[in-house]
Amino acid sequence: MPKARTEDAAELERITRTLRRDIVIATSAAASGHPSTSLSMVEVVSILFFGGVLRYDPKDPHNRERDRFILSKGHGAPGLYAVLAEAGYFPADDLTTLRRLGSPLEGHPNMCRLPGVEASTGSLGQGLSVGIGHALGASIDELDYRVYVMVGDGESEQGQIWEAAMYAGNHSLDNLTLIIDRNGYQQTDSVKNIQSLDPLDKKLEAFGWAVRDIDGHSLDEVRAAFEWAQSITGSPQAIIANTVKGKGVSLLESDPAKWHGKPVPEEDKDRALEEIGA
Amino acid sequence: MSFGISRIQLEEGTSTREAFGEALAQAGSNLNVVVLDGDVNNSTFTKNFKDEYPDRFFNVGIAESNLVGVAAGLAGCGKLPVVSSFSAFLLCNAYDQIRMSVAFPNQNVKLVGTHAGISIGEDGPSQMTVEDVALACSFPGFTVIVPADGPSAAAATHAMLEREGPTFLRCGRPKVPNVYENGDAFLVGKANTVRDGDDVTIVANGIMVAMALDAAEGLSGEGISARVVDMHTVKPIDTSALEKAANETKGVVVAEEHMAYGGLGATVAMTLAERGPTRMAFVNIGDTYATSGKPDELLLQFGLTPDAIMDAARRVLKD
Repeated sequence: MPKARTEDAAELERITRTLRRDIVIATSAAASGHPSTSLSMVEVVSILFFGGVLRYDPKDPHNRERDRFILSKGHGAPGLYAVLAEAGYFPADDLTTLRRLGSPLEGHPNMCRLPGVEASTGSLGQGLSVGIGHALGASIDELDYRVYVMVGDGESEQGQIWEAAMYAGNHSLDNLTLIIDRNGYQQTDSVKNIQSLDPLDKKLEAFGWAVRDIDGHSLDEVRAAFEWAQSITGSPQAIIANTVKGKGVSLLESDPAKWHGKPVPEEDKDRALEEIGA
Repeated sequence: MSFGISRIQLEEGTSTREAFGEALAQAGSNLNVVVLDGDVNNSTFTKNFKDEYPDRFFNVGIAESNLVGVAAGLAGCGKLPVVSSFSAFLLCNAYDQIRMSVAFPNQNVKLVGTHAGISIGEDGPSQMTVEDVALACSFPGFTVIVPADGPSAAAATHAMLEREGPTFLRCGRPKVPNVYENGDAFLVGKANTVRDGDDVTIVANGIMVAMALDAAEGLSGEGISARVVDMHTVKPIDTSALEKAANETKGVVVAEEHMAYGGLGATVAMTLAERGPTRMAFVNIGDTYATSGKPDELLLQFGLTPDAIMDAARRVLKD
């Protein structure tokens, strides 16, 4: 199972700019969708798919030995689609069919319609449990694939996340890595104001996880965190990626609660793309 | 003539949950089968599987949401997961997980809800389900099976494992009298006519099949010839068996251990309404929860008896 690995920092930065551009263009074309929650996850998925972490083959998307990436925060679909297109699962031109009738690029990921999507998500809190199923599948079949699940910090208010976290910790599922895209905001306000997760690291540690807190926009820190995760045995690993909702587009960054689930307006698009630099 | 709850002594035969558990353990020779439990395996009889195949048995704990999600992930790896818990906790607690992680992505997960209906008895309504068939039928693409007795529950277990796609199998707690012999044919989606008749048809499933047979016997004493159809598969329903019943008899009684809405009665009525007017009557729990009590006391109290079926048949046949 191949890994797409580039050590070239400039190339990885080019990829992050491409993903950000694709996210903004696709959601603006759809005139709906969630660009800001997609923008916050860009560095993490860039390293995951192109920094030599994930083993996958777009030509053989169901290969039983593949590593799995499950996007539990399904409204980050534009970010997932951008990275899948860049990885070669489908032509990048298709990205602008986002949310259109007939397109497999639905508003939230649908695993039955788009290869590379490992779980249908969008009702929050469910992806980590599905990831545990895949992690158990590896041990039943004695395969060495790894499972990566990304959740949002707002999503972590769901009880099922903690049922799953308790199970993974108690059963020492060390082929499972959780990434919390901690962009700090949910639909109407900051996570802190609504249902603070603090102390998130201590909570996860208490549930039996190895935990690392990083700057989720630093390619170096993200890469180091995945290398760390792969080195851990005997417990699942959680990477708390501290990120900025709407990262790279000042308009979306300026008021995250206002811009949740809203594309960049047509009149602001050129400026946004200029800021992204792609 | 009154039959009361005569044949439903709930002491003879096997419970459908026990027959399921035995059949599941037999099916364990298929290495793809994995079994997931919400810590009730000695009640659901998945303990039989656990004892034989501990490496493919996962007690996920009292956490049905996670339980169903984990099963969906295993199905995504090509496994054949069977998830079992009390019907109330499985369907009601994990409804959205079944919807989002199993039904919508059409994952090959088998959900087996035990202790369904009101015949579980003393534990009372929090542990019972009067609404689970409606909930299971509400998922697009689901197969929903309600077996009548031990032999058909065992056959249904094997049949659902051979059939691709998400399925709900409903099992009960008490022992029920055998309607079938072991080895009798069981085809998902194909109703069994367990007694022929040409005046009225009683369509039933679960423990109501044995009661319907008692009712038919009672009706024959009044000169009424009643057909009894075991509609073990609520979804997809056997449309041709229903059309035949409506064409060949003067009316249809539907009997189920379920509330009035969304179960077998509603499905039969919807199906027959397409065909044209059919005289119908319904035997069910109505629009209410039950209470604690002995199983036979509850069945009597909530109108699930051969007498109630006979009354319904008489209503249907009344000019």
